[in-house]
Amino acid sequence: MMKRTILALTFAGLMAAAPAMAQDHGTPQPPRQKWSFSGPFGKFDEAQLQRGFKVYKEVCASCHSMEMVAFRNLAEAGGPGFSEAQVAALAAEYKIKDLDDKGEAIERPGRSADYFPSPFANPKAAAAANGGTMPPDMSTLGKARTYERGFPWFLIDIVTQYQEQAPDYITALMTGYEDAPKDFALPPGGNYNKYFPGHAIAMPKPLSDGQVTYDDGSPQTVEQYAKDISAFLVWAAEPHMLARKRVGFQVMIFLLVLAGLMYFTKKKVWSAVH
Amino acid sequence: MTTVSSAEHTRRDFLYIATGAVGAVGAAAVLVPLIAQMNPDASTIAAGAPIEVDLAPIADGQIIKVFWRSKPIFISHRTKKEIEEAQNVNVATLPDPEPDSARVKAGHDQWLVVIGICTHLGCIPLAHQGEYDGWFCPCHGSQYDTAGRIRKGPAPKNLPLPPYAFLSDTKIRIG
Amino acid sequence: MSGHSTYQPQNPVLQWLEKRLPIGGLIHSSFVAYPTPRNLNYWWTFGGILSFMLGVQIITGIVLAMHYTPHVDLAFKSVEGIMRDVNYGWLLRYLHSNGASMFFIAVYIHIFRGMYYGSYKEPREVLWILGVIIYLLMMATGFLGYTLPWGQMSFWGATVITNFFSAFPGIGEPLVTWLWGGYAVGNPTLNRFYSLHYLLPFVIAGVVVLHVWALHVVGQNNPAGIEPKSDKDSVPFTPYATVKDGFMMVCFCLFFAWFAFYIPNYLGHADNYIPANPAVTPAHIVPEWYYLPFYAILRAIPDKLLGVLALFGSIIILAFLPWLDTSKVRSARYRPLYRQFFWVFVVVCVLLGWLGAKPAEGIYTLIAQVLTAYYFAHFIIILPLLGIFEKTKPLPNSISESVLSAKA
Repeated sequence: MMKRTILALTFAGLMAAAPAMAQDHGTPQPPRQKWSFSGPFGKFDEAQLQRGFKVYKEVCASCHSMEMVAFRNLAEAGGPGFSEAQVAALAAEYKIKDLDDKGEAIERPGRSADYFPSPFANPKAAAAANGGTMPPDMSTLGKARTYERGFPWFLIDIVTQYQEQAPDYITALMTGYEDAPKDFALPPGGNYNKYFPGHAIAMPKPLSDGQVTYDDGSPQTVEQYAKDISAFLVWAAEPHMLARKRVGFQVMIFLLVLAGLMYFTKKKVWSAVH
Repeated sequence: MTTVSSAEHTRRDFLYIATGAVGAVGAAAVLVPLIAQMNPDASTIAAGAPIEVDLAPIADGQIIKVFWRSKPIFISHRTKKEIEEAQNVNVATLPDPEPDSARVKAGHDQWLVVIGICTHLGCIPLAHQGEYDGWFCPCHGSQYDTAGRIRKGPAPKNLPLPPYAFLSDTKIRIG
Repeated sequence: MSGHSTYQPQNPVLQWLEKRLPIGGLIHSSFVAYPTPRNLNYWWTFGGILSFMLGVQIITGIVLAMHYTPHVDLAFKSVEGIMRDVNYGWLLRYLHSNGASMFFIAVYIHIFRGMYYGSYKEPREVLWILGVIIYLLMMATGFLGYTLPWGQMSFWGATVITNFFSAFPGIGEPLVTWLWGGYAVGNPTLNRFYSLHYLLPFVIAGVVVLHVWALHVVGQNNPAGIEPKSDKDSVPFTPYATVKDGFMMVCFCLFFAWFAFYIPNYLGHADNYIPANPAVTPAHIVPEWYYLPFYAILRAIPDKLLGVLALFGSIIILAFLPWLDTSKVRSARYRPLYRQFFWVFVVVCVLLGWLGAKPAEGIYTLIAQVLTAYYFAHFIIILPLLGIFEKTKPLPNSISESVLSAKA
């Protein structure tokens, strides 16, 4: 009994004191979005990934590299669902640096096996062209961003399988550009963003309504663009997510059956002793 | 120990067998990824896509080497003499009997395209060497003729042909 | 590994082998006939689970090593190659990265079980110390492994942890330079960490053999904390312990699979998906969760050298536990006061872990200091005094008696 009381008291006391004492940077938590790919049976929405890819291609790609994603990935199962032919045609639109038979530097049309070419020659050039900070590579961005969940949410997340901190944050960031409050000293080259830690982000507001044309009738708004690019980035960072969840379900079922059998076997074996 | 009826015995045996069988299935399933991971990965497979080769710059009598799926491919622009040598052989006497017509594409007699790996133990034979004017493998002395057929030495088979097709008279696609 | 074996194989080939190398008898006496106390509860299955996890980590690790490249320019990309291109690479990597956490979850349960039931007491001191050595090796292996993906946390974690050694006066600087093989964490560091990360699990396996050997010499402790007296007190390892361990292993796999398949990055840190950048330190450097209590102890102490010494001391002190605990009674079941303090200690460790993930500022530092003081007081003051002043409950006469009385 006593142990529980102590446990409860210490936890309650600390948890109550902690948020008040912790230094609050005034960064609001990104709002939770609904994602088709969340949860144990979640699946990517192919149309959304295709729209997100369009946003990446027409907007993000002018500054951000995505060098660990290959064109061929776009046609792989569990992704945006482009056909092999579409991907080959798309890859051919890009110019890939290569060497010819005489060792001369050439640019040739891309192939499915090629990786997305980077907009800048190297990280230093990328930094120099962007006010001293390299725009981060987008290959793993869909799981490289997060925000503090805090107690007790970080425990509840284990059960609810909430894993979408990155897309929630990226969506919030895309829609979080505002005019800086009067008392906020925005450093030169900074842009005010409600959701960026510290609020001064180097990237200027990248998206505006109507900027990217959607063919499927989805709203051409910043909010829609933000969700679509976030979903696309999650896929780009975790292209085998659907396979993982599918295999995971099979493994869970198998283990439950085996655990049940093992339980009864154990009971039978021990029945002679008990 | 309590005494157990034979019916209970059967039930118990069934339980043990079922548990063991399900466990064995699980153990076998675990082997799948452990074995599959050693097969070529997706980037390797993608990099093995077909390649196109322009034949125009290859002079009469010249042999070039290109790579497809990390294997050397010999493309031989055969001279008239070499074609005749290849055609005027008693096929029945060859270790791996194949007529020259089966080694080239119809209408493109002058072009021989073979995988340049000795069928003995994987070395790369040297061009324009040996007794048959074809290839000579420096590792163990296998000799190939101008159609890439084995004529002498320990290699058992002719040089294999890669899958390829003529896109035009001067362009082929390998793979 | 225990006692003389009367094992005689039926098969003539095995008989031939047995005369020359009695390996069958060794296995039979260690894992078949070996008597285990009949009152062991499920907390005793974690030894088996730990052996299983060591196997999982070694197998998945060897496989990952076939695809990984230990070079600063390629490490991150090769890990992404595993995740994206290698057949089932995502599965193998997530099993390995989550497997490390599972290994630690199991080892913490195993350690706290030993503390609760006094499994470290005479004659099991060497068994316990071997366990502490395994734990230390696990911490080293886990740290080295976390460096390999060469993300931001890998790089800065390696920088911070290796800098512990710079705290030692005089030799600190040259020692750290030697560890790095350069003037900062870099390619030589990554290469040697990879080499050692591959080596240490086999050292662990070796010490595990000693640990099991020592266990089979002195026999298992049990919830009653008294030695078996007659045959009625124990049951043979096979089938009784094997089937029980097997059942719990499958249950543990369910827990493991939940993490590996559904929330594979929950126990990791998002920053480690950003390639290592020696020019930018992440806002919050946090070690893997299993080091957090020790990290909190390190940061609680304002002095650099003392902080590092406290960190190492908090682990080393475990090795002295058999002598710090002066009580003659093993099991907390018969130690009403110790039982309370045990749970307070568990809570303190959990809270220290929570603090390790928090920024080291303001109230957090103060709480961490109080809890650090308590952590050490538990070993140095509470345990020695408890043994003297605690009024323990009467022990049962035998294990079978305690089983029967529990049933009644």
